[in-house]
Amino acid sequence: MKAKSLISKIAGVCMTLSAAFGMTATHADTIKVGVLHSLSGTMAISETTLKDTILMLIEEQNRKGGLLGKKLEAVVVDPASNWPLFAERSRELLQRHNVDVVFGCWTSVSRKAVLPVFEELNGLLFYPVQYEGEESSRNVIYTGAAPNQQAIPAVDYLMNEMGIERWVLAGTDYVYPRTTNRILEAYLKSQGVKDEDIMINYTPFGHSDWQSIVADIKRFGSAGKATAVVSTINGDANVPFYNELSNQQVSAEDIPVVAFSVGEEELSGIDTRNLVGHLSAWNYFMSIETDQNAEFIKNWHAFIGDTSRVTNDPMEAHYIGFNLWAQAVEKAGTTDVDKVRSELYGLEVPNLTGGTATLLPNHHITKPVFIGEIRADGQYDVVWQTDGEVPGEAWSRYLPGSRDIKADWVELNCGNYNTKTGKCSGQNY
Amino acid sequence: MNIIMARLPLTGSIIALLCYLMWWPMQAQADEEGMPEAGMPDEWVQEVVTDEFADMLAELATASFPRKVELVNTLQLRGWPGVRDALAGLLEGELYFSQEEQPEGIRVYVVSGREGDFTLLDPVTQQTEQREALSGLRRITTNNPLRRNLRGAVARFDLLDESPAVRRQAVAELRRGLDSDAILLLRERLVTETHRGVTRDIEVALALYDLESSDAEVRLTALEVLSGELGNDVYNRVQRLLATDASGEPLEPDAAVRHMASLAIDRIEQRRSFFGFLETLFFGLSFGSVLVLAAIGLAITFGVMGVINMAHGELIMIGAYTSYVVQLLMPNHIGVAILVAVPAAFMVSGLVGVLIERGVVRFLYGRPLETLLATFGISLILQQLVRTVFSPLNRQVQTPDWMSGLLRFNDVFAITYNRLYILIFMFIVFALLWLVMHRTSLGLKVRAVSQNRAMARAMGVRSDRIDALTFGLGSGIAGVAGVALSLLTNVGPNMGQAYIIDSFMVVVFGGVGNLWGTLIGGMSLGLGTKLVEPHVGAVMAKILMLVFIILFIQKRKQGLFPQKGRSAEGH
Repeated sequence: MKAKSLISKIAGVCMTLSAAFGMTATHADTIKVGVLHSLSGTMAISETTLKDTILMLIEEQNRKGGLLGKKLEAVVVDPASNWPLFAERSRELLQRHNVDVVFGCWTSVSRKAVLPVFEELNGLLFYPVQYEGEESSRNVIYTGAAPNQQAIPAVDYLMNEMGIERWVLAGTDYVYPRTTNRILEAYLKSQGVKDEDIMINYTPFGHSDWQSIVADIKRFGSAGKATAVVSTINGDANVPFYNELSNQQVSAEDIPVVAFSVGEEELSGIDTRNLVGHLSAWNYFMSIETDQNAEFIKNWHAFIGDTSRVTNDPMEAHYIGFNLWAQAVEKAGTTDVDKVRSELYGLEVPNLTGGTATLLPNHHITKPVFIGEIRADGQYDVVWQTDGEVPGEAWSRYLPGSRDIKADWVELNCGNYNTKTGKCSGQNY
Repeated sequence: MNIIMARLPLTGSIIALLCYLMWWPMQAQADEEGMPEAGMPDEWVQEVVTDEFADMLAELATASFPRKVELVNTLQLRGWPGVRDALAGLLEGELYFSQEEQPEGIRVYVVSGREGDFTLLDPVTQQTEQREALSGLRRITTNNPLRRNLRGAVARFDLLDESPAVRRQAVAELRRGLDSDAILLLRERLVTETHRGVTRDIEVALALYDLESSDAEVRLTALEVLSGELGNDVYNRVQRLLATDASGEPLEPDAAVRHMASLAIDRIEQRRSFFGFLETLFFGLSFGSVLVLAAIGLAITFGVMGVINMAHGELIMIGAYTSYVVQLLMPNHIGVAILVAVPAAFMVSGLVGVLIERGVVRFLYGRPLETLLATFGISLILQQLVRTVFSPLNRQVQTPDWMSGLLRFNDVFAITYNRLYILIFMFIVFALLWLVMHRTSLGLKVRAVSQNRAMARAMGVRSDRIDALTFGLGSGIAGVAGVALSLLTNVGPNMGQAYIIDSFMVVVFGGVGNLWGTLIGGMSLGLGTKLVEPHVGAVMAKILMLVFIILFIQKRKQGLFPQKGRSAEGH
């Protein structure tokens, strides 16, 4: 570690700390952008990058002259991977710092924790991570994928292109995998997959001894039918899982694993030479060659000062979210949340993979879906993609309770309108 | 086709075209003979062959995945010299094509070597060239179905390889997709094959194919060959002989064959469950060894000294980061780096341990609650320090080649090398630590101080220094454990937290202050968890383990091996 970069890092930490305590100089003529990502604790691994992404986008916007003639100013707080703290910090952002918009959260728990605060104080949150759906809040814009923009297309790919007949749904034991697997199980059964061909396995957070489970998967996959693993295994548990796969020589040609929570950044901590061919489903891959993406990567490397850093899907989601918001502010001529929100509907901004993202009345966006195979260098080869963009569905059509519910903030002004009873449930989300 | 026309003189091109058209229907036959068809000048044939090869490779470069599969299937039947190179290169992701416009069209190369020193092999001309960078070249992409096809294709060539291991691999690969083509190759090979293992594998493959025969005698003989084989494909295939159709009629018409098949299945299932049990046993031992490794340092700091050290997990983490740094420093000697990392991690973590003891813990002896809080604070500080210095992202520690892979006993029982080495490593660490504690003067003093501080001091033991050294020893061992764990799990700022609870559990369960207790405790917890896990799942197994320990501690407050004698009352 060079002394210089160490000093700069320490300086960086001091800056974020001072920002966290709200000590940055504030000017009356700035637009304040709240950044609510964990910079310490378990989730720092994923969320620090997103904080840097927003800081980069703000810097770029300011270089272009800011918005409405004002400079943008980031207010960074650290909720420290602590769910109740997320709620406190968002209250602090909205009440004490009076931010005009917040970009933040990663886990579904943290989003659920801040939801009441944003609805009470009428804030605006851009949430950049793929999630389990079953939600549409008036005050949240979901720029990550809903299950129908990631999980369902991935399963379709495995079923139709790779002829998979037997399924292992493996996940970490919490809300996102449980809900996603419920949707997937219902979907698979609707496609004629039998009960005995589905194996569901949950593991605790940070599970590190995967020997028995990988052996089970091997056994399950040896019945002569093509088998695949659909993995919603989260965070740190992935590294020992993939290590065990490669040690037990489960090759992607025998039993491919398709993951929804593993991207370029997660792979940077794993030796990928033995993982070639395992899959991930995302709406963005760093290896996709477009001019916008090349420029984004170039800017990212320049901003972070390290050309070995990778870009990933949630970063693109923030890119889209930020541009959506900036455009809406320009159109509305103000940063007032309600006015900005009404300008947001139907807005189109380019995504990094060559298409456009449109904001739908259900607060989700349209996204292309890509299936990538892991390469030896930790990047992905795109092996399949949807024809165009897939509109995000807040409520899954495969789950019994959620089938009849509709989210439409333009015509119905409701996030969970029950089409059978003709009522909005009254909750805001 | 265009390329052929462009490259040959006009008259030549017409002749070549005619040859080409004549040659096309004959090529299947020609290939089986392994030589070009006579009747036209050799060099023309050569030219046409290389051109066709080059054309196919050029098409391969940009074709869709299904088309690539077709091309590979066509290519593998040709006996051209460079075909294996090209297919194996494509399989390994080493096949590149030139993007820039060249007079002869797209060229394809097999690339080997590293940045600054690449070797490019043109499979068509078999010529090599050196390049510094791969600018202008693009990798030909593959996907899983294509790679599966490629493996089969390459296996056809590998059947003639010099090494029996490669040949066995090739037979295993061909067994996945037995068609008449593959059977022909295998039969041919069986005649000349001299290696017993390969011969047996080929016989099994042929027997599998013979089960499809319409002659009941042939099926019976095949079953005889197959009985006792453990392979999944054999099991599944034989199982199918016992299946019945919708009306309950057996699919296999011959009763003798059915009888034979059910006998074979019984035998296979018996052996499978036996090896399945062995496998579970090994998983348990291996999980136990990880628990012991993580806990053994704590057995010193907490067990012997009585310090509730919440920063124990972070000392493991520091050891893991040391192993990462050592690998960074020795990028070309990954295998050696791991061995260097062991003493290095011991030193680094040990030093940090001594600092913690001298800086904080020594002021808090006899005040367990304050020690707990202070060391918990230290653990947070260490985590954030690592996050700042190394970034919050996980770091990658590469597994050396000699530690990866499987030790395969048969088709259903194999153990992973890294787990095996870690199991052995744990025993070595344990033995060394035991020797230090029981056969050195340091160990003697450590035990003396922990049993009766005042008396030890009266005998001239500098208890201060011993405290620092003991804490350093425990911390150093934690660092060594970190090196082993860095090969299994993620190296990140949070990795220590995953082990702290387990470590305390093992030490308390085994009996505080007893190294043997930690060993037996860790191993039995590991075995117990793994025996239960297949039946109740990982989440429940963890819960059951905790419940078991709670109940156990209720009954036996001192753990498995309670300390006897005077020191027991001292706690």
